[in-house]
Amino acid sequence: MLLKIEHLHKNYGSVHALDDVSLSLESGTVLGIVGDNGAGKSTLMKCITGSETASGGSIVLDNSPLPKGNPYASREAGIEMIYQNLGLCLQQDVVENIFLGREKRIKVMGLETPLLDLKGMEREAQTLIGRLNAEINVRKKAGALSGGQQQAVAIARALLFQPRLLIMDEPTAALGVREVAIVLDLIRALKKQGIAVILVSHRLGDIFEVADRIVLMRHGRLIEDKLITETSLSELTQKILCAGTLGDEN
Amino acid sequence: MRVYQGLILVILLLLCAFFAITSDVFLTWANVLNIFTATSTIGLLAIGAAFVIGAGGLDLSVGSLMAFSAITGVMVAPESSTTSVPLILFVCLATGLFAGAINGSLIGGMKLPAFIVTLGMLSIARGLALIFSNGRPVYGLPEGLVFLGQGRIGGVPIPVMVFLATGFVAHILLGRTRFGRHSLAIGDNEQASCNAGIQIFRYKVTLYALSGLLAAMAVILSMSRVNAADPSSGMMYELTAITAAIIGGTSLSGGRASVAGAMIGALIMGVLQNGMTLMNVPAYYQQVAVGIVLIAAVTFGKCRGVHASKN
Ligand SMILES: Nc1ncnc2c1ncn2[C@@H]1O[C@H](COP(=O)(O)OP(=O)(O)O)[C@@H](O)[C@H]1O
Ligand SMILES: [Mg+2]
Repeated sequence: MLLKIEHLHKNYGSVHALDDVSLSLESGTVLGIVGDNGAGKSTLMKCITGSETASGGSIVLDNSPLPKGNPYASREAGIEMIYQNLGLCLQQDVVENIFLGREKRIKVMGLETPLLDLKGMEREAQTLIGRLNAEINVRKKAGALSGGQQQAVAIARALLFQPRLLIMDEPTAALGVREVAIVLDLIRALKKQGIAVILVSHRLGDIFEVADRIVLMRHGRLIEDKLITETSLSELTQKILCAGTLGDEN
Repeated sequence: MRVYQGLILVILLLLCAFFAITSDVFLTWANVLNIFTATSTIGLLAIGAAFVIGAGGLDLSVGSLMAFSAITGVMVAPESSTTSVPLILFVCLATGLFAGAINGSLIGGMKLPAFIVTLGMLSIARGLALIFSNGRPVYGLPEGLVFLGQGRIGGVPIPVMVFLATGFVAHILLGRTRFGRHSLAIGDNEQASCNAGIQIFRYKVTLYALSGLLAAMAVILSMSRVNAADPSSGMMYELTAITAAIIGGTSLSGGRASVAGAMIGALIMGVLQNGMTLMNVPAYYQQVAVGIVLIAAVTFGKCRGVHASKN
């Protein structure tokens, strides 16, 4: 088991954003997480990446417990997250975006010079983009790419860290139909390479296309955890709607 | 970027052709050297402007920093001793660097608008230069210093050599090092750069310090050429330098800059000012012209930015 979350709690003052959440995930699988606004999806992701500190419970990655609230340790352990607003520099090209902050430099006799290894970075960027089966001119400015292509650049950037777990928060929210298909293909490519993916989305259709398992959250609790083959779009829609009415009554 | 630089080169050539036709003196060797020498001062400032503006900032204080570092430099030096040249150079450069670093610390550390901080510094540095010098130029600099401004090596004026050499180093710095890449990334998307682990504060301090250092270098060249440190030197130079950088393809909203472009831009400004003087255009009108060119360049740059993002 790659990721094992047990009895995770997170309070914001009196708000119970996460209430006894337990969850596990294997390498090369895609986990879809759905739930209404405020269900605690983002909070759960932030606890995994270490940008929030859980109030209780444990997160174990590959049998070693992950220190709480430590983004550096989470990244070291192989956890990467792609945020909704991708964080690309739109006027810089694809290579520059992929390597931003980690630029390779030319080495002379084993010693690093201050000069950038432009050729080497371009080649590696092409390889990374190729691994995602995306066709993008890496010399193009990120701002000149389509939404799906930008998503590919953000993923390629994450791949440079050689992650074992990639978390994507609403990657398809702002995209058109064709662009969504591209991103779903990217996720399939990641899965093939043995990378575990957590896909947070409120688009059930997308999740049913790529996910192996689906988890439904509500009011900080995990109320459903099923293999995609064990459930159906209509059943899940029913559950979410049902959860919604219950929520309204509260 | 390449295409654009070709375009401004064409504009430069057209401008030269125009002045060559309207003036007999324009194309003489002496005048050409004149233009290049004058351009080296503005050009150094324009290179600094390309870095700072490319990183999403603005430095309005460079003209005043020129005067301030010149006066500080000559004030500390003992009267015309031979050891005074390195001392003047050191104090002058250190003053520019330090004042620039103060700009950067306030902008990066206190998150103040660059526009306001450097506008304040514009006033402070000019005021201090006038106070230290009692408002009077200091005439008669050490011989070694004068050589820097007036000397030639192989027929090429030393200021021009300093300008070209600095341009070469700056070009490498901007395009081929992490410093340059990160500076542009900060100007493009500061939050993303911060997330990528780039230390924004350190970069801002360094960038404005670099701008101040280049202002000090510029004034060393100009004061040694006229053999006097003048507390009113560099007045409005920031405007010409910013214009040159913008003409050269640096985006006023950050994220894009070109050292070669800034150098060509400076040459355009130099040719324009020289040509207008030869045509007996009064200085007041020249000032109007510089302003118009600045606004036109920004307008053009903006249209280009919109066009580029559509593609
Ligand atoms: N920084 C915060 N401070 C206080 N409350 C928060 C904070 N972040 C999230 N919450 C609360 O925690 C709950 C879960 O939020 P979130 O994880 O963002 O839900 P989701 O991503 O599923 O929409 C919500 O009630 C939200 O208001
Ligand atoms: Mg959310």
